[in-house]
Amino acid sequence: MSSLQPGFAAPVLDAQATFRAVLEAMGRPGRIIALAAHAPAPAPLNATAAAALLTLADAETAVWSDAGPVVAEWLGFHAGCAFTPRLDQARFVLVTGAAPSLAALDPGTEEEPQASATLIVQVEALVAGEGWRLTGPGIEAEHRLRVVGLADDFLAQWQMQRARFPRGVDVLLCAGERIAALPRSVTIVEG
Amino acid sequence: MPDHHHGEDANKNQAAETDARRRWIGLLARAPGPAIETLAAHLSLPDFTRIRGPETGLVMLRGRAGGDGAAFNLGEMTTTRCTIRTADGQVGHAYVAGRDARQAELAALLDAVLQDSGRHGTVMAAVIEPLAEAEAARHALRARRAAATRVEFLAMATMR
Repeated sequence: MSSLQPGFAAPVLDAQATFRAVLEAMGRPGRIIALAAHAPAPAPLNATAAAALLTLADAETAVWSDAGPVVAEWLGFHAGCAFTPRLDQARFVLVTGAAPSLAALDPGTEEEPQASATLIVQVEALVAGEGWRLTGPGIEAEHRLRVVGLADDFLAQWQMQRARFPRGVDVLLCAGERIAALPRSVTIVEG
Repeated sequence: MPDHHHGEDANKNQAAETDARRRWIGLLARAPGPAIETLAAHLSLPDFTRIRGPETGLVMLRGRAGGDGAAFNLGEMTTTRCTIRTADGQVGHAYVAGRDARQAELAALLDAVLQDSGRHGTVMAAVIEPLAEAEAARHALRARRAAATRVEFLAMATMR
């Protein structure tokens, strides 16, 4: 008996569309991007986090997940990725509940800052035009973004990881069918 | 019986099940698609959902010279794979040689049905055993053709 669900309806095109959306989100920090492609993901995974992981994770990227065995079976089957119980060894950290501290994730090394973890976190809502003020590469003046459902001390964690740039963790926020990204280069101040 | 014996029995059962499943998956993969289609035509097969595929891609074949040499890449082979789940929750997988998507899907469906103890016997008798016979006949034919070209070195020695 198994409850294994299908992945993307059109694996190649959907993965390409999702990759483009994630790239756009990372290139324009804080801008909210709608995802066209979604996969019928098993709970508690939401459609956008599922699409992002199907697109980004593969056999060479260890994933840490708090989403339980059904999600692990589904993701392992469709993305072919390995799972690790060690937070600091994961390339992708999927969070559906309370997020671990950014400091607990792999920030890469000075020589290879790209070999760091990406935190994919499901949040309740993303609201543009209010909340945080974001500045940095990819933002002309500033972006405003309010994130509902992140840890209260997230900003403090973010300031701490800004200090060790270029090492650090990139964050992908997934709410419903929309995503926004916080690459490590962005400066966030409370609005 | 002590506990560790139960463990051994469970392992043996698991191994026997794996061997049985390996046999039918192999037969379904090697048989010609239309032959499976013909044999399965009379069966009432359950509804199913496609989990992945059918999709065609390349698989790298690896070889070893003499069985104990270093592994090397022999070449790539076109393969079609499919995974389905039946309405009652059995998941079937298939990897077949070539581009026959219908064969891959049907083989995956039959793999799922064969794991269902209620239908296992019927499908084994209707599809798998005939495929095994056909495969044995193919092998025998090929072996006969090869045997016809065999040279008996001993006979040549006595002819001199």
